[in-house]
Amino acid sequence: MHAFHQVIHAFFNLHSFTLAMPDVWAGFQVNLKMMVIAEGLVLVLALAIAIVRGLPGRGAKPLRALAIVYTDFFRGTPIIIVAFIVGFGLPGLQIGFVSRLSFVTYGIIALTLVYTAYVTEVYRAGIEAVHPSQRAAARSLGLSYAQTMRYIIVPQAVRRVVPPLLNDFVGLQKDTAIVGVIGIAESAQLAQGFSTQNGDFPSYIVAAVFFILITIPLARFTDYIVAQRERRERAQAF
Amino acid sequence: MNGNGSEPFVTIRGVSKWFGDLQVLNKITLEVDEHNVVCLIGASGSGKSTLLRCLNRLELVQEGEIVVDGQRLTDPKIDVNALRKKIGIVFQAYNLFPHMTVLQNVMLAPRKARNVPRDEAEWAARTLLSRIGLEDKADEFPDRLSGGQQQRVAIVRALAMEPKLMLLDEITSALDPQLVSEVLALVRDLADSGMTMIIATHEMGFARECADRVCFLDDGVILEESVPEEIFTSPREPRTREFLARVLAAEELA
Repeated sequence: MHAFHQVIHAFFNLHSFTLAMPDVWAGFQVNLKMMVIAEGLVLVLALAIAIVRGLPGRGAKPLRALAIVYTDFFRGTPIIIVAFIVGFGLPGLQIGFVSRLSFVTYGIIALTLVYTAYVTEVYRAGIEAVHPSQRAAARSLGLSYAQTMRYIIVPQAVRRVVPPLLNDFVGLQKDTAIVGVIGIAESAQLAQGFSTQNGDFPSYIVAAVFFILITIPLARFTDYIVAQRERRERAQAF
Repeated sequence: MNGNGSEPFVTIRGVSKWFGDLQVLNKITLEVDEHNVVCLIGASGSGKSTLLRCLNRLELVQEGEIVVDGQRLTDPKIDVNALRKKIGIVFQAYNLFPHMTVLQNVMLAPRKARNVPRDEAEWAARTLLSRIGLEDKADEFPDRLSGGQQQRVAIVRALAMEPKLMLLDEITSALDPQLVSEVLALVRDLADSGMTMIIATHEMGFARECADRVCFLDDGVILEESVPEEIFTSPREPRTREFLARVLAAEELA
């Protein structure tokens, strides 16, 4: 019984809850801002790199190699290290505006660098999953390589990769709390402040609830899309 | 060129192709005059499809020369997009674009590859669709159509580019028997309208009726080439006789 009360007090103490709530909420808005901006950038950059990786011909070889090096490096490096390199490294370089950005911006850059590498692979899988006969049909109609990518391959690929892509975005949303370590006033960092001050943990619970509240709808939305596609494909099979 | 009446519209000279070690085309030589229909018959794997795919450079040949409408296709410097605009190909599996409506399927290439204005392209597409009785399917997605309807849309999609040559690659092989006739009727109309066509087919009755000439391919070689009457009634080569006997027996069973 004593242990139970201890847990309640340490994690679910209403007083600490209400104390932490406004600041953690303010911090969570920073998380939201980082998510939305990073996700937008990732969507565009990852598609560009996936397309570069698929470029045909010997002339594009250096570009393809560069894209491979990029994805290998950032998929292999823990995000916290990327955050340190960007957040502490770039300001130290003292090269004009690049070294004078806010920590939030450095956090967004770190998130974008890492998740672009993941999502590039997702797009690439989607592009490769489009049947070669689609490409043949488009090219045989006189569409150029670029037009075939734009109107035939990429639209079909993007439709296919929505579920894995949303999955990666759940990861990105949570990792906004990791890049916070470079000194961003986001919810996890602020929650830690409260926790140290009060010697209890409700502030963490508050932050956790915020994250869960935005993750669950995204997960259900992903389920919905998968289910919808399965229904359509089953309809096609008959 | 075109203006020179003695020059055939398609000239294939000594064309050979290998997939790795496997030779799939062996010194193919064939000429097709404008407004003629040539049918390629032969067992699966005899090289019919590969030959058609070489004719619009979906596949490259390693040896020999192909000239279409005065342009050397085998020249690596040729503008392949420009060339493909005048050569339509229809595939066994239709290959419609599943994320686009029927109308969008038909309009896409004229709009993007030939820069036809939207209204004009749409009007042309709807006219073509009504010609095959599918104007009411214009806004449906391909998966809502039967195989025969999809294949007719695929033919019309190729026609929308106003090609001077049509290549048909076993376009009825994936269809239920009762859907074959609606597709063949459309091809017959095309032949009657004077379209130059090279058709790989297993439909012997159709080849006999519509072709100006029939080529029997065996193991990457054109073993026999003749007018349909001759090849179907008195084939010279034993392999041709064997093949026709087998196909006709199968047709009787069906």
